Amino acid sequence: MEVEQLEILTFLKDHVPFRWLPEEELSKVATEIDVSYFRAGATILEVGQTNSDIHIVRSGAVEIYLRNGELFNRLGEGGMFGQQSVLTKSPVRFPAKALDDTLIYFIPYALFIELFDRYERFSDFVELENNKRLSHTVTRRQDANELMTSPVNKLITREPVLISESATVKEAACLMSEEDISCLLVADAQDSVSMIGIMTDRDLRTRVIAQGLDYTTLVRHIMTPAPITIDSSHFVFEAMLTMLTHNVHHLPVLHLGKPVGVIGISDIIRYESHNSLFVVSSIFDAQSVEEISALIPDIHASFTRMVNEDANSHMIGSAMSVIGRSIKQRLLALAQEQLGEPPIPYCFLALGSMARDEQLVLTDQDNALILDDSYNAELHGEYFLKLARFVCDGLAECGYSYCTGNIMATNTRWRQPLSVWRGYFTEWIEQPTPESLLNSSIFFDLDGVWGQTEWADELTALIAKKAQASPHFLACLTRNAINRKPPLGFFKDFVVEKDGEHRNTINLKRRGTAPLSDLIRVYALAVGSTAQNSFERLDDIIAANILPPGRGPDLRDALEFISMVRIRHQALDLEADRVPDNNIEPEQISPFERRNLKDAFQIVANAQKFIVIKYPPNRRF
Amino acid sequence: MSNSTPIKTPLSDGSVDWLLNFERGAKQASSAFLKAYYQSSVPAADTPLSRVPFLAMDFETTGLDASRDEIVSIGVVPFTLERIHYSQSKHWLVKPIAPLNADSVVFHGITHRDLDEAEDFENVIEPLLKVMAGRVLVVHYRYIERPFLYRALEQRINEGVVFPVVDTMAIEASLCRSSMWARIKQKLGIKPESIRLGDSRMRYGLPNYPSHHALTDALATAELFQAEVAYHLSPETPIGDIWL
Repeated sequence: MEVEQLEILTFLKDHVPFRWLPEEELSKVATEIDVSYFRAGATILEVGQTNSDIHIVRSGAVEIYLRNGELFNRLGEGGMFGQQSVLTKSPVRFPAKALDDTLIYFIPYALFIELFDRYERFSDFVELENNKRLSHTVTRRQDANELMTSPVNKLITREPVLISESATVKEAACLMSEEDISCLLVADAQDSVSMIGIMTDRDLRTRVIAQGLDYTTLVRHIMTPAPITIDSSHFVFEAMLTMLTHNVHHLPVLHLGKPVGVIGISDIIRYESHNSLFVVSSIFDAQSVEEISALIPDIHASFTRMVNEDANSHMIGSAMSVIGRSIKQRLLALAQEQLGEPPIPYCFLALGSMARDEQLVLTDQDNALILDDSYNAELHGEYFLKLARFVCDGLAECGYSYCTGNIMATNTRWRQPLSVWRGYFTEWIEQPTPESLLNSSIFFDLDGVWGQTEWADELTALIAKKAQASPHFLACLTRNAINRKPPLGFFKDFVVEKDGEHRNTINLKRRGTAPLSDLIRVYALAVGSTAQNSFERLDDIIAANILPPGRGPDLRDALEFISMVRIRHQALDLEADRVPDNNIEPEQISPFERRNLKDAFQIVANAQKFIVIKYPPNRRF
Repeated sequence: MSNSTPIKTPLSDGSVDWLLNFERGAKQASSAFLKAYYQSSVPAADTPLSRVPFLAMDFETTGLDASRDEIVSIGVVPFTLERIHYSQSKHWLVKPIAPLNADSVVFHGITHRDLDEAEDFENVIEPLLKVMAGRVLVVHYRYIERPFLYRALEQRINEGVVFPVVDTMAIEASLCRSSMWARIKQKLGIKPESIRLGDSRMRYGLPNYPSHHALTDALATAELFQAEVAYHLSPETPIGDIWL
């Protein structure tokens, strides 16, 4: 049968892992496929049934369930399932149901095994457990961090301007004015691209005018011959060192011996100004909300710079959180300038990712106010409402959008005396409700940024003590922590969003980092840790020895890798002048990243399965 | 289309006794292939759909008139309600007796060059009848496959062939055109829903396949029939209710 033009072949060519197979092999697969239609709601595989085919979703959607009836996974077009019962030659353990009207392609076992044996890439893809790869990748990245550098050609902003050694200094001065530059590279009269010297503004001043030389003096007589240069592959810090050691302000950059640009000390200063520390000091210098919001480009630049310098996710998350915290602190100072000193002591709280030191550039604001117990709504209410409004509006202006769940200090419920807060947390832990559990994932990561910050520490201690002693609460929290599933099919194919604006993408936060930090929070509370940062919580969890060997480090690698893909995605967005988001298209990232990302998601999926065993969440509350 | 409209009007009035027809054919046919085909018989009219072996069939032809035009390709896919055995599907390119004209080349995409390597229909008769044997044919729009096959056989072995078919288009028509609601819509001048293969498939969430390849269309027809049964017929429905 000739199959070149057949639909099934076209479909296979579009989907991993089949697209990696050679053409003739694919044709063979296409001719061995069987097909079946399932109406929405119909059962495709039942527990205990025998099954001898790999199932591929051709169209529609399929849900895979755990034996306890809980939804395990949702597969869209190209998703694969049923292979576990096939590979283990055992009855079906995970039932499958058609969510939509669904067309299934079946690949017979024998053919599948043949492909598995013959094509390494195919079997690699199919392999379920191989977390070693990911660990290697993450380690390699950390080695790179030690360099903390970016290549010097990052600083080049324009092509170098050359002038012939036989030109006059007047011609040189005219060219410099025209081009609006402070230095020229001097080229060999014969070979116009070879650099033999450099001439600067300063040379004109000190060697021509001060010496009373004629403007017809040739460039070759006043230039600095054989200047200090740097190769384009060197790092910025080396350029800085070179300029300092030789006391030069212009440094020609060479690529393969040819000049490709000149960097000035000002470039280095500008570069340094994107340093997060510099940004923080600018925030504290700002005299108004407008002045703070004018720093947004600098904040973004310092973010992309850290990414380019291979900083790890903990460093970047901390730096961005420091910036966010600084903005809050500055806004509070400005508010107090406007409203006067507070009538009673208070503490401004950062919640969620900022409290965890895991903030990135795209984020909304979660915050709250703790007031002194002497709070009297009639006397003090107006002051704190105004204060909260000033800060929340200011944050919104600085790019931290309002919290959609209204978890902000402007909400009366989240602007309460310390004793009320103690009551909130106690009640949430002792009598959890679905709503309070959702709150827990935001409020349990808390950090005092202004005022009586010791109150925040007190609440943190209260949470750690009460939660650890309440297995019921931990079980409820576990249920929440496994709500968001990693976007993986059984065969580690990505499950992308099926509709809406973000169709065909994966939300790395919602499906990756958020479920991970939820999970880590449960363990952290279980071991009584008061750490807020997920990596620090993991250290405490590992030290407490409650996970099987290797699981803790696996979780750390997974969090680091997913975070870095997310961070790099946002940096690319910023560099391309797009609004950064958390949605990646799996097809847009390199096969290397894709594979590691799948490994990382697999770790999350496994961890979700494990935590269910540890803190069984199926108790009623 | 409401998703579970049961088919109210029986498609078949049961006037043709296919078992009897096949018995007669087995006695009267002079061609050995045809005799064997009729001897393989058909399921009894009261056989539930779940136990009927089906064969989806699609032809590409040089035109729509069976008395003038000819078959250029044949695609068949055996299936049951449970599973479409695409792996056992067959496809033939067939040399027409009259030369191809340019118009139909545009239509089915089969060119002169393709047909240079094609079989003469005479050689296809035996394998085709063999795969049809014992199965009920499923087609989309029965006025192509049945008359064209009849005529093609008649031209080569001087006797035609008769067989029952399930027409997925007729099933769609009975749902989309004959219901009370459809008739009211028609009275109001609302355009009836398209019952073409691709459009019908869309109503069941089936993917969009490129059409006009006999094998793909046969597969598409088999999938559509499974969907129609899933929505509007029960696996217990006797085949006699829907074959024509």
